[in-house]
Amino acid sequence: MINPVAAVTRLRVMGPAYFPTGIRERIPRPRSRVLLVAAIVFFVVSNAFNVFLGYLIVNGSLDDKWYDFRDLGIGMRELTAWLDTQNASLPSGFDSVGFLGDHWMSYIATGFIGAFAILNFIGIVLLILVWTERRLLARIQVRRGPNRVGPYGLLQPLADALKLIQKETLIPEGADRFLYYLPPVLIFIPLMLVWGVMPWTPNMTYLDVNVGVLYILAVGSLSTLAIFMAGWSSNNHYALLGAMRTIAMMISYAIPQSLSLLAIVLIVGSMNLGDIVAWQSDHNLWLAPLLPLALFSFFFSATAELNRTPNDIAEAESEIVAGFHTEYSGMKFGLYLAVELGNALAVGALVATFFLGGWSLFGLENTLLPPYMIFGVKMAMMYFVFIWLRGTLPRFRLDQLMAFAWKYLIPLTILNVLIVAVEASILARWDVNEFISLGLFTIGNIVIAAVLLRGWSRALGYRPETEPLMHPTLHGTVGGLKEAQRISSVAAAPDAAGSR
Amino acid sequence: MTAATEPYVLNIGPQHPSTHGVFRIRVVMDGERIEDIDMVVGYLHRSMEKLAEERTYTQNIPFTDRTDYLAAMSNNLGYCLAAEKLAGVEVPDRASYLRVIFAELQRIASHAMANGQIVSDAGAWQTPLLYMFREREKILDLFEMTCGARLTTNYMRIGGVAYDPPDEFYPAVNALIDELPDRLDEYNELIVDNEIFIARARGVGVISAEDAINASLTGPMLRASGVPWDLRKAEPYAVYDRMDFEIPVTQQGDSYDRFMVRMEEVRQSVRIIRQALDDMPSGAHKTDIPLAIRPEPGEVYSRVEGPRGELGFYLVSDGGPAPYRFHIRPPSLINLSLLRDMAVGASLPDAVVALGSIDIVLGEVDR
Repeated sequence: MINPVAAVTRLRVMGPAYFPTGIRERIPRPRSRVLLVAAIVFFVVSNAFNVFLGYLIVNGSLDDKWYDFRDLGIGMRELTAWLDTQNASLPSGFDSVGFLGDHWMSYIATGFIGAFAILNFIGIVLLILVWTERRLLARIQVRRGPNRVGPYGLLQPLADALKLIQKETLIPEGADRFLYYLPPVLIFIPLMLVWGVMPWTPNMTYLDVNVGVLYILAVGSLSTLAIFMAGWSSNNHYALLGAMRTIAMMISYAIPQSLSLLAIVLIVGSMNLGDIVAWQSDHNLWLAPLLPLALFSFFFSATAELNRTPNDIAEAESEIVAGFHTEYSGMKFGLYLAVELGNALAVGALVATFFLGGWSLFGLENTLLPPYMIFGVKMAMMYFVFIWLRGTLPRFRLDQLMAFAWKYLIPLTILNVLIVAVEASILARWDVNEFISLGLFTIGNIVIAAVLLRGWSRALGYRPETEPLMHPTLHGTVGGLKEAQRISSVAAAPDAAGSR
Repeated sequence: MTAATEPYVLNIGPQHPSTHGVFRIRVVMDGERIEDIDMVVGYLHRSMEKLAEERTYTQNIPFTDRTDYLAAMSNNLGYCLAAEKLAGVEVPDRASYLRVIFAELQRIASHAMANGQIVSDAGAWQTPLLYMFREREKILDLFEMTCGARLTTNYMRIGGVAYDPPDEFYPAVNALIDELPDRLDEYNELIVDNEIFIARARGVGVISAEDAINASLTGPMLRASGVPWDLRKAEPYAVYDRMDFEIPVTQQGDSYDRFMVRMEEVRQSVRIIRQALDDMPSGAHKTDIPLAIRPEPGEVYSRVEGPRGELGFYLVSDGGPAPYRFHIRPPSLINLSLLRDMAVGASLPDAVVALGSIDIVLGEVDR
C-alpha cells in the first residue's frame, strides 16, 4: 500500500535551468528601434484606455448595460429578450415551431452563438496549451523547449497541427473500420459538452441547468465508450490493454469523484454550478479549506480519469506504448491529443469552480477585474499543477491504483460525506452564527482530513521505508556467498528491522 | 457460468519505448499477469568477434567502443589490458592513472544513464533522465576535449592512452567532481525518497544471492543481491590497488536496490577520481610499440569491472598480426538471462521496471 500524500508533499520543481557552460552560447538578438517605439505607444495607449474603463466602472454607467464587458451574459440576456419580442410579433403559424415552442428564435440564436464560442475557445486555447505544456515541461526538465518556429516557439503548435493534418492515417489490417473511424470524433463531444455548464461570471453560463453536478458526472463518463471502441477496433493488444485499463480505472474513480461532489452539494444545497460559486462568494470562503478531503479525492480521481501522471496507466508509454490510441496516426491522433489537453483544462476549470471560488475573488470581481478573467487565471493555475505533476512524478501500477481507489479513497470519501452531512444539518437546522461555525468547521475538517489520510494508510499497513534498509552498506573487502550471508545476518539485526 | 480467459501473446519489441534498443520479448499474458516470456536477441548482431579476426590488435580497439556504446572507455580498457597481457607490454604509471580516471568517469556517465532510464521506465516523464544527462553531458564534454569523441572514444591504446589531457581538462574535472555529491543529494530528493518510485521498484525483480551467483551475475546486480564482489578489489588492475574505495552492498536484491547501488557507486567513483587526480605522476602517457604487434602464440583472458559487471576479453594469438580468436564476455547478456525468472508471475509494469534495472545495452548483448 502506498501513501500518495507523502509522495505529493515531496513534489519539487528543481532549481533554475542549468546548462553546461561554454557549449551553448546565447545568440544575440538584433534590437529594433521600431519595437521600442511600438512598446511605448502600446504602454501609453493601454494605460489611457484602462483609466477610461476604470472611470466608467466607478461611474456606474456600465452596470447592467448590454455592453458591460465585465459580464458578457448581460448582452446575451438582452439579445434573448429582444428576439423573444420579435418572435411574438411573427404571424401565427411561425411563432411556435415544434418542440422549441414560442422561443425558437432565441433558442437557435443562443445555440449557435454558444457552440461557436465554445468551439473557438477550445480551438484557440488548445494551441496555447500545447505551447505552454511543452515550454513548462522543458523548464522543469532543464531543457529549452520549442523555440524555433516563431518568437519563443509560439507558432510550434500550428506547425505541429499542420504536420498532423498532412500525415497519412493508417488503418491496421483486421481493424473494424467503422468503429476505428468513430472514436476520435466521438471523444471530442464530451469535451465540448462539459464546457457548457461552466459559470464564467454570475450571468455568463451557457447551459444554466439546475442539475449541473449530475450533468458533469454524466458527460465525464461518456468518453469511456469512445476509448473502448478505439481499443477494441484497433486489433492491437496494446490498444486493448490500454482500453481495459481505462475502463477499470474510470469505473473505480467515478465513485470517489461523485462522493466528493456529494459533499459539496450537501453543504451548498444546490447542484447548480452557478449557485455553488455564488455560495462561496457570499460566504467569502472557498470550499477548498472547508472540504480538503473532497478536494484531494476529486483532484486525484480527476488525474486518474484524465490519464495524467501519476495515474497515466492507460497510456503508459514504457509499458503499452500509447494505450488505446497506439494505432492512430495523423489528425486522428491529433484529436486524441487535443482532447487530452482540453480535458485537463476542463478539470482545472471544475476544480476552480467547485473548490477555488470560480469567478469570485473576495469582492474584487465586481471592480476592475472581469470575473471570467479571475476564473481563467484559476483554471490556468490548476493546469500548471497538472504539468508540474507530469514533470515530477513516476507512475503507479494498475493494481496499486485500483487498491487506492477501493481501499483508500472510497472509505474516506464516504466518511467525509457523513461528516459534512452533520455539519450541513447543523447549519440548516440550528440558529448558529454562520461565521463562527464555518470557521470551526474549516479548522475541524482540515484536522480530520490530515488525521484520516495518515491514519487510514497506517491502518491499511503502510509503513514508511526505514533509512538503514534504503541505503547500501559499504564494504572494504570482497567475498562470496558466505560473506553475503554474514552481511545479511548482520543487516537483519533488530535495530535495522522494518518492513513495508 | 464461469468466464474463462485464454492467455494471449503480447509482442514487445524489437521497437518499443522500454526495450532500450532492439530487443524483443514475446510475453504470454493472462490479463495483466505474465505467464511466460521468451527473449529474442540478435537484432543488433554485427559479427564483431568474427570481424576482429581480420584486423590487427590496434585496429580492433574501435570495435570495443561499439559493443557497449554507453561505456566505451571501460571496453577500451578491458581490451587493451588483455592485449597487453598477451603481448607483454608495460604501461607507464601516468597512463594507468589516466585509464582509471577515464574508466571511472565513464562509470558515472553510464550509471547516470541507467538510473535515469529506470525511473523513466517506472513512468516519470523523462525528468530524472534529463537531470542525470546534465552530468553525463559534462563527462562527455571532458571526453571530447581529451580525445575528440563523445561516445565512441577510441581513447586507450595498447601500452597507454592516445593523448595526454589538455590543460583545460583538470579544472573542468575538478569542478565536476566537486559538484557531483551535491547533485546526487538533489537526486535523492527527487527520486530516492519518492514514495511512488519506492512502490514501483521495491520488491520487483528480486534475485537472491544464491541465484545471482549461480547465474554468474556480476556488477551492480550481484552487489544489490548482497554479495560484496568487485573486480577492482578482488583482482586489481591498472592502479586500483592504490585507491581507497568501498563496495556498496544492499540486501534485498530488487530493482530499487540496484538503483541505490548504482547511486552509491557514483559516489565511490568520485572518491577514486579525486585520489587519482591527486596522485597522478608526470611522465609519458604511453609506451611506443609498433602499430601491428605480433604476440607470441598463446591465449589470455583478462577482465575488468565495467559499469554493468565483469567485462572479459578472451584473446588467442597464433603469432600473426591479428587475433586468432577474439571473444567478449558481455555482462549485459549474462545479467539479462535472469529476466524470465524476474518477470514470470509479475505484471507487465513490473517486468518493464525489472528490465530497466538490469541496465542492458543491446550493442553489447548482440555484439
